[in-house]
Formats: sequence, C-alpha cells, structure tokens
Amino acid sequence: MIQQVKPPEIAISHLDHLWFQVAGTLCNLSCHHCFISCHPKNHNFGFLTLEQVEQRLLESVALGVKEYYFTGGEPFLNPDMVSILKRTLDFGPATVLTNGTVFKEPWLESLREAEQQSVYSLEFRVSIDGFTAETNDPIRGEGTFDRAMRGVSKLVKHGFMPIITAARTWPDSEEQTVISNFLAMLRSHGYERPRLKILPTLKLGEEENRSCGYRDSERITSEMMEEFDTSQLICEHSRLVTDRGIQVCPILLEAEDAKLGETLQDSIRPYPLSHGACFTCYQYGSICSNPSSGFSAIES
Amino acid sequence: MKTTLALFGGIYNNYLALEAAIVDEKKRGASDIYCLGDLGAFGPHPDRVFPLLQENNIQCVQGNYDDSIGNELENCQCGYTDPRDNYFAQISYDYTLANTSVPNRHYLKNLPKEIRLEIQGKRVLLCHGSPRKTNEFLWESTTSTHFLERLASDFEADVLVGTHSGIHWQRSLSGGRAFINVGVLGRPENDGRTDVWYTLLHFNDAQEVEVEFVPLRYDHQRMAAEMTEQQLPQEFIDTITTGWWSTCLEILPAKERARGKF
Ligand code: SF4
Ligand code: SF4
Ligand SMILES: [Fe+2]
Repeated sequence: MIQQVKPPEIAISHLDHLWFQVAGTLCNLSCHHCFISCHPKNHNFGFLTLEQVEQRLLESVALGVKEYYFTGGEPFLNPDMVSILKRTLDFGPATVLTNGTVFKEPWLESLREAEQQSVYSLEFRVSIDGFTAETNDPIRGEGTFDRAMRGVSKLVKHGFMPIITAARTWPDSEEQTVISNFLAMLRSHGYERPRLKILPTLKLGEEENRSCGYRDSERITSEMMEEFDTSQLICEHSRLVTDRGIQVCPILLEAEDAKLGETLQDSIRPYPLSHGACFTCYQYGSICSNPSSGFSAIES
Repeated sequence: MKTTLALFGGIYNNYLALEAAIVDEKKRGASDIYCLGDLGAFGPHPDRVFPLLQENNIQCVQGNYDDSIGNELENCQCGYTDPRDNYFAQISYDYTLANTSVPNRHYLKNLPKEIRLEIQGKRVLLCHGSPRKTNEFLWESTTSTHFLERLASDFEADVLVGTHSGIHWQRSLSGGRAFINVGVLGRPENDGRTDVWYTLLHFNDAQEVEVEFVPLRYDHQRMAAEMTEQQLPQEFIDTITTGWWSTCLEILPAKERARGKF
C-alpha cells in the first residue's frame, strides 16, 4: 500500500508564459489521446472573448509576462481568434496550438500581415500523429491527416513556418525512421524547412482509457523534488486563463484544485503537485513550451 | 565627455575574429573592452583566445560554456533541445575541453556571473544570457518589452547587456533604460554574410546611451582552414564561410528562423 503523504508544493518563480484556454474544451476533432478529452460537444470550458483576453493581456504587463500561448480545443473555432492573436502581438510573442484543419485563407493573410508589422513572432504549432494517414487517422479521425497537411501547406504558402508536433505513438526503436519519413513527407507537401517537435503522450482524459492510467505510485514525492530543477515544470513559470478564472497549468484543466484565483495576481502562489500528470511532467519536462523559450525538455 | 565601451560575447575559439575586434575597437575609441562569455565552442585552438584577453585587459563574464569547461562538466549547457543540435554541440565541446589547458580552465571557472559598472550615472549590468539565468535565450522576437522592464527593475540596472543567443538586437525601455544583446564574435549571424558582430556603447553627459552594432571582417578563410585541419564538423566550417547556420536551428523562433537559409 502506498501511504497518502502531503504532496510537495511548487512555487512560481516568475510568470514567463501565460496560456489561454481560448477555445475552452471545444474541438472539431476527438483524438483518442487528447489529454483534456476535447470534442465537438464538450462545452465544459467555454470560449474566451477578445475582451476577456485583452483584460488579461493588460494585467500581464505589470507581471512582466514574456510569452503568450493559445490552446483549446481548437483555437480557430473561436470566432475572435484572429483578432485575439493580432491584439496579442501588440503585447508580446504569441504561439497558437492548432490541429490545422480549420484555417481559412483570409485569416492567415491577415495574421501574416499582423506578424510582419510586429517585432514579435507568431508561432503556429500543428499537431499530427505519425507521418501517414495510416498512423494518424486511427488516433485523430478519418481524413484528419490530409486536412492537417492542407493546413500546413496553407500556413507555408502564407509565409509561416509552423512547428509540427507529433505525440509519440511509435516504439523508440523506430524513432529515426519515423522522423526522417515525416520530414520527407513535409517537404513533399511544400514545406522546405520543416520544424518538428516530438511530445510524449500524457495519460489523462481519453488517454487514460487507451492505456492504463496512472498508478498510485506515480506521484511526485518530496524526496523526488530534492535537487530537481523545478523550472522543468510548466507550473513553475506559467498560468492558464480559462473562462472560469486562472488555473495552475494547461495540463490539469479539469482537476478540482487547479483553479488558483480570479486575477493573474491571485494566481501567483504555490501549488501542491498531487496529480499523476505531475509525475509525467516530472519525467518528461516542459513539453508544451517552444524550443526557443529554453524551457523545453531534451527530445530524443 | 563621452565614454565608449566595446562589448562582445561568444568568441567560440575564434581567436582571429577576437584579434581583429580588439584592433577595430581601439581604433574606434573604446576605453574599455568587455567579453560577455562563451570563450569556447565551434572553432579551433581554444588556448589562443586567453592571452589576447589577458594582454588587452579584457574583463569577462562567465558564460554557460565557460562554466562547463571550467568545471569540466559533461556538456556545454547551451540549452539546445534538438538531438541533431546536441550532437554537433557535443563534438565541439569535447574538442574544446580536451584542448583547454588546466590554467585556462581554472581562469574560466573563476569568472564572475555578472559585472556591474556605473558609467556617466548609468547603472550597467553585464551578463551572459539574462541576469536571472546564464543560459537563457533572449531573442528579439520572443521577448516582450514588459518582461525586459521587469528584469531591469528587479536587477536594478539602466543598461542590461547580454549575448548567448548569437544574434544582436536592442530594445529601448522606459526611463531611458535599455536592453542590448551585443552579438557574438565566434560565428556569423545567419544572414548570409561572413562578418561577425560586436557592439559599441557610447555614454554621454546627457545620460544617454547610443548603441552601435559593428560588423567585423576578419580572416574567415584562415579560420575555416584551421577548423578543417583540426577536423571540426563541416557544418560549422560552412557557417564560417557562408554566413548561414546549418545546425542549432531548432532553438530559433519563427522570425529569426525565417530570415536564415536553413
Ligand atoms: S488533441 Fe487537440 S485536436 Fe485532438 S481533440 Fe484534443 S484538442 Fe482537439
Ligand atoms: S501537471 Fe505538470 S505543470 Fe501542471 S501542476 Fe502538475 S507538474 Fe505542474
Ligand atoms: Fe552561451
């Protein structure tokens, strides 16, 4: 039996990354591994409006936030998304995590113009699984591979260099082959200088049904925190804006204790690392950040 | 009265660029020269850098590379996240460690993490990556102005100066404050030219700081030849002769990446 002991707490050193749950839990897809179980009818968390985002951007100035991240669900289901990103580029760099399947050309045109006028980068991160429809579609849904590839082509056509993120769904032994095939495939779709980021899968939400969930022993203990570089954990330098308030991180969306307050300032306080997902963060590091932020885990 | 400082970082063993920079900086009236760290990496003959620094009285901040070599760590702590980037970084790290003398390692180990100066009433803070973290990348396109304001306030500085990322840029802050990335001497800036960059800071009586980024020509052909002779990776040699980065690209944000060739 594992004894219930008090979980270690983590303090936030500085609010580097402000995340926005901009599309709530609504997604046009319903991937098996979606760690927050988004799907076309999941209205558990709602959209953020341009005004709501703007209010947080204004709050973030005094806190010295360095970068802004947008996630969902699928951010581009939010009708305000283009104006939100444009407004964000007045404040700092913006990264949007998308499945790439719902872009409209005029949106990308307008975003490209906004990025060129801004000193800041607008990063697109498009998630796919595997390098063919055969590996991707069983996980993300029929036809989603081709749709995502069309999305990547559109981004490239408009001058963006999306980071393609793939949750690891293959054995380690196939890693090199998988990656080189994947890069070749992206080049054949017109993406000459593809950028790739491999993420470990998290056992939460839908993923819990697919494999086996977390064992009780898979929790962070105080001993584990000794000599551990806590900046590896997203919650050490990030918070998440949702339509219900400010939460600890973009991973524990549904956890009861994840909400930390109504304002960004309220949310600058320690958090107990009691969840199985925390254990994954501990093992894999800051899987959600961009490589350029310096917070990313080493990917192998 | 005007005071001019010359600053650079990232020598990366490029002693030929260092030599040329010192001559150029003195010619342009720099009263003092500072190096912001990362003496090793990339290029040949690490030990040729040290006498130049010492003979010319150049004070250095400790970079991540210097910390690693000085303490004989296993890797350079450059903060790369891509396996291919780390592969090449490791080759030059192992080479540099093996070819840095014991007294020079000792010198690196004892370098300060930051240097504070007061010039014409301005509080100047010299660091490597950022004042809070030696190997933090502060890129122009991914660093918000209010973040820099915060650093300047927290670290009580009017002029924050760093290097590490390899591309120079600056941002004006409130109250006449500024952040400046001085660029690196060791390799070109991924812009298709073979020049490397250093920075002059001109301080005047009106408490203004003028930032001048200076491109520097040096004998890059000779550098490339010596790297070949030392059997350093061809990818690195190509960067010296073409001005384009072909490795360590995955850490670049979208804008900086798009400006390059690879
Ligand atoms: S993983 Fe992404 S694309 Fe798939 S259902 Fe979840 S939010 Fe939607
Ligand atoms: S899931 Fe990860 S980021 Fe979120 S609180 Fe736990 S350790 Fe921190
Ligand atoms: Fe460095």
